[in-house]
Amino acid sequence: MTTTAEAVQLITRARAARHARNVVVLVVLGVLVFATFCVSLSLGDFKIPVVDVVKTLFGGGDKATEFIVNRLRLPRALTGLMVGAALGMSGAIFQSIARNPLASPDIIGVTYGASAFAVFAIVTLGLTGAAVSGLAIVGAILTAFIMYVLAWRHGVSSYRLILIGIGIGAIATSLTSYLLTKARVEIAQQALIWLTGSLNGRDWSNVRAMAITLVVTVPLVVILVQRLRILQLGDETAYGLGLKVESSRLGLIVVGVLLAAVATAAAGPIGFVAFVAPPIARRITRSPGPAMIASALIGALVIALSDLIAQHAFGETQLPVGVVTGVVGAPYLMFLLARANRVGSGG
Amino acid sequence: MENLVEHSLAAEGLAVGYDQRQIIDNLSVQIPTGKITVIVGANACGKSTLLKTLARLLKPSKGTVLLDGKSIQSIPTREVATKLGLLPQSPTAPEGITVADLVGRGRYPRTRWIRQWSKSDDEAVADAMTSTDVLSIADRPIDELSGGQRQRVWIAMALAQETDILLLDEPTTFLDLTHQFEVLDLLVDLNKRDRRTIVLVLHDLNQACRFGDHLIAMKNGAIVAEGNPGVVITEAVVQDVFGLSVKIIPDPVAGTPMVVPIGRHTTRTDRVSEVAANTAAAALAASAAATGVCRPTDR
Repeated sequence: MTTTAEAVQLITRARAARHARNVVVLVVLGVLVFATFCVSLSLGDFKIPVVDVVKTLFGGGDKATEFIVNRLRLPRALTGLMVGAALGMSGAIFQSIARNPLASPDIIGVTYGASAFAVFAIVTLGLTGAAVSGLAIVGAILTAFIMYVLAWRHGVSSYRLILIGIGIGAIATSLTSYLLTKARVEIAQQALIWLTGSLNGRDWSNVRAMAITLVVTVPLVVILVQRLRILQLGDETAYGLGLKVESSRLGLIVVGVLLAAVATAAAGPIGFVAFVAPPIARRITRSPGPAMIASALIGALVIALSDLIAQHAFGETQLPVGVVTGVVGAPYLMFLLARANRVGSGG
Repeated sequence: MENLVEHSLAAEGLAVGYDQRQIIDNLSVQIPTGKITVIVGANACGKSTLLKTLARLLKPSKGTVLLDGKSIQSIPTREVATKLGLLPQSPTAPEGITVADLVGRGRYPRTRWIRQWSKSDDEAVADAMTSTDVLSIADRPIDELSGGQRQRVWIAMALAQETDILLLDEPTTFLDLTHQFEVLDLLVDLNKRDRRTIVLVLHDLNQACRFGDHLIAMKNGAIVAEGNPGVVITEAVVQDVFGLSVKIIPDPVAGTPMVVPIGRHTTRTDRVSEVAANTAAAALAASAAATGVCRPTDR
């Protein structure tokens, strides 16, 4: 035995240091998310002091505040947080499976498929509300299924999955454009607002749908995240470590697609959140892994902040939240592509 | 690390192929336990395919790989991973992962999500990192390391699995000569210390002879010769397997067979240059004598 007690201690300490940093980052992020959440509940036509918002959230406060906070503003804010968390986790799953920061559900086809189906529902079938959301989910799942089947050749290589995803995304986008050109102007405008991604007029039914999705998927994510950490090492190493590679990957894709699909159904294809949240999370936790919890929190924070800006930064005009996330996310995409070219690694 | 049970690895009547192309047909082999086995052969002879099949990465269309006498496909893959470790040819690490973190992931087959990380896991990681001499770089990100260091880290990850059998696919391919020997010496250490069974694919025949206890020479998906290096590496076998004319002499350091390729254009430069130098000197002397000038030697 060559191992000394110091060696073991060194390993234990290294692990503890990684863990401690993670915990600190998560706590800070949690506080930030909660603070943004409270501020967003306090702002609006009737300004309510943040202290009163907190009181109301924990069951205190007067009738009027309770009505404004709990009835009017809470559903929107909660939907935003949960959509953000779902998109963050979905992005972390896809990027880690593919070992590529470009592979988020809003870059490969999944959300485009959802959009095409939603626009079809709005424009051609004249549907609104929950029916549109339902078809968006169907669209996302169907797109993911086609992607998976087309990418299958003795198993699914991540690289093929991305390329096929981008191809299917392009088809879905052109379908969406075609449907829009055929539509009457008012209908097309309605569809366009959906396509930008917006939290306007979200009510408790959206909150419920998101909550149910998260209750079902989060335990699955907890179980699968260990496998994801092994899958990141490449298929061959993962096989060598005794991972059931194909079934693990399929399970992760199903969960990632579900998260993205339901989030898109609830708030439209809010761009770039699933794409930027995981890299930010990895950077601040200094974690090579999926950084799942941090990604969820950053996703929630990005949407909460973006919606705050979209609602209140431009005076009377209220923008859809997707406009703000797009303005933040697009430069990051360009940065990533420029950096990938320079490094020559494709990310 | 106690290795009370010694595990055996063998293959019977293997047929393996990709798509329609058959790479290996009807191959049987017994990997000697506690020895270093090196698989050699020309490119595309099926040596990596054999290694991957032994590691259950590829499913044979016919025949079976036997781990402890049982079909490896019938044993739960996670259980296999506690007996047999694998280092692929070009493993990929997530960006920014530290050495200790990567080596720790080798514990995956030993953990359940109910049984959390424990002291024994830290010990296994520390042991693996000590024997590969990467403890001092525990906190460094993998991307910053040299090729040799990185390969030692990957070997440490496979060691953290605590398997009796270790398969390595061309572990020296991307390394310079110094690091190649560093890795091969390390493998001998691991073999000697724990009587680990090691199987690796190598390109360099001289290294194969030097470090292998047992050689398997392959051609067109079949085993042409196997046994100890002195028996396997003969001029006839190398001619057959690689289609290359060679001379075999004893390695002046180890006494194992050393392969010296002949090639088509080779002439003995040492004698030729001697002759050339003499001619030049003679010409110079003649010219000096002719002009009656004595010049210092031209530079």
